[in-house]
Amino acid sequence: MNNENSVKIIGTGSYLPPKIVTNFDLEKIMHTTDEWIRSRTGIESRRVADEKTATSDLATIAARKALEDANLMAEDLDLIIVATVTPDMMFPSTACLVQKNLEAGKAVAFDIEAACSGFLYALTIGEQFIKGGVYKNALIIGAETLSKILDPEDRNTSVLFGDGAGAIVIQKTTDNTGILSSYLGTDGSKGEVLKQPAGGSRIPSTYESVKDKLHYVKMEGNEVFRFAVRIMGKAAMEALKLSNIKIQDIDFLIPHQANIRIIEAAAKRLELPMDKVYVNLDKYGNMSAASVPVALDEASKKGLLKKNDIVVLVAFGGGLTWASTVVRWSK
Amino acid sequence: MEFEKIVKIIGDHLGLDDVSKVKPETSLVKDLEADSLDAVEIIMSIEDEFDVEIPDEDAEQFNNIGDILNYVKAKKE
Ligand SMILES: CC(C)(COP(=O)(O)OP(=O)(O)OC[C@H]1O[C@@H](n2cnc3c(N)ncnc32)[C@H](O)[C@@H]1OP(=O)(O)O)[C@@H](O)C(=O)NCCC(=O)NCCS
Repeated sequence: MNNENSVKIIGTGSYLPPKIVTNFDLEKIMHTTDEWIRSRTGIESRRVADEKTATSDLATIAARKALEDANLMAEDLDLIIVATVTPDMMFPSTACLVQKNLEAGKAVAFDIEAACSGFLYALTIGEQFIKGGVYKNALIIGAETLSKILDPEDRNTSVLFGDGAGAIVIQKTTDNTGILSSYLGTDGSKGEVLKQPAGGSRIPSTYESVKDKLHYVKMEGNEVFRFAVRIMGKAAMEALKLSNIKIQDIDFLIPHQANIRIIEAAAKRLELPMDKVYVNLDKYGNMSAASVPVALDEASKKGLLKKNDIVVLVAFGGGLTWASTVVRWSK
Repeated sequence: MEFEKIVKIIGDHLGLDDVSKVKPETSLVKDLEADSLDAVEIIMSIEDEFDVEIPDEDAEQFNNIGDILNYVKAKKE
């Protein structure tokens, strides 16, 4: 397929807060074990932002690195989209805060929220703006400080998540590389299984909402697990179909880093060997919208991705939402 | 027939070399050392194989492989 009007990734960047919390650290503060966490999830440690650090702080550093990698100035940006479920505040959006920090005065900035699928939703939106000729350079960020909304007494959730940010810069291309196809999906009818109930207009923040712990992540792990195993493979297959690419042609799968058991089950369903699957959840846990762009940045910086490689990004998350993007690597 | 298929799914998933000792009385968790996520994945594979839906509430009642077998047979009728 000759893609006259395609969109490519010209730079990547990521930032992880320095504080490392291991499973052994968690053992000391909650009723859990390293053995349980490692065998059920593959996670060994995660990064946690300190009290002073908010999502936009992580996002800004990741963005600067992506701009540097892309050889672009902040003034060159036309669009900034941040995907997050842990914005600094309800408004202004985290993207507006990043725009200010970067002094990217020309850029239009807004947030989108599709939980762990958020980064791929944002990428698809950005792609459309560029394809449509509206904008030239876009910065797409997935950034989270999930640690701020985890119930330290809920071992079901607090062992799973970590903080971090990843960013990419995208631009129009005519060289036949770049994004080949994207597939997004939503099932709002099952949204109850993963949510942060309070703080919005349904349950505004009150003394009671805090006392009842409604500002924390609530999750039905088992339901999410079943959904995730099925949808990861399906989403990737649908995206591949749209670009007429076969599973055997995949050079690298970069999945959302929720749980090694989910990733392995999905890889098995796709009949894809694990050496083609990028995994970093052992170090960082699930960073929600930041997982995919951080993994992509690491894979790129490690030299694992070569020009013209077929790279498949795939994610699922609250909403419920899912997404997959097929890329012919440009760098 | 169904029993053999179920045993094959379990054997493949858990990487068992010898499935001849797997009987209807065998428990996934107690005898075969499957953890809760193995059990979920095995149930999902059985759902796909037999084209049936096994809700969590029902799956939680299974004590051994015979229970799964009877459930699948009943659903298929
Ligand atoms: C969270 C998850 C690992 C839990 O695994 P699970 O097998 O479903 O766990 P269960 O809740 O059934 O619990 C199994 C046992 O482990 C125990 N357990 C649960 N969490 C534990 C923890 N952190 N430490 C130690 N034990 C724990 C339970 O109490 C239970 O014990 P019991 O059998 O004696 O009652 C798994 O459901 C999962 O990964 N789900 C998807 C979550 C996800 O990816 N969310 C983000 C989506 S973007």
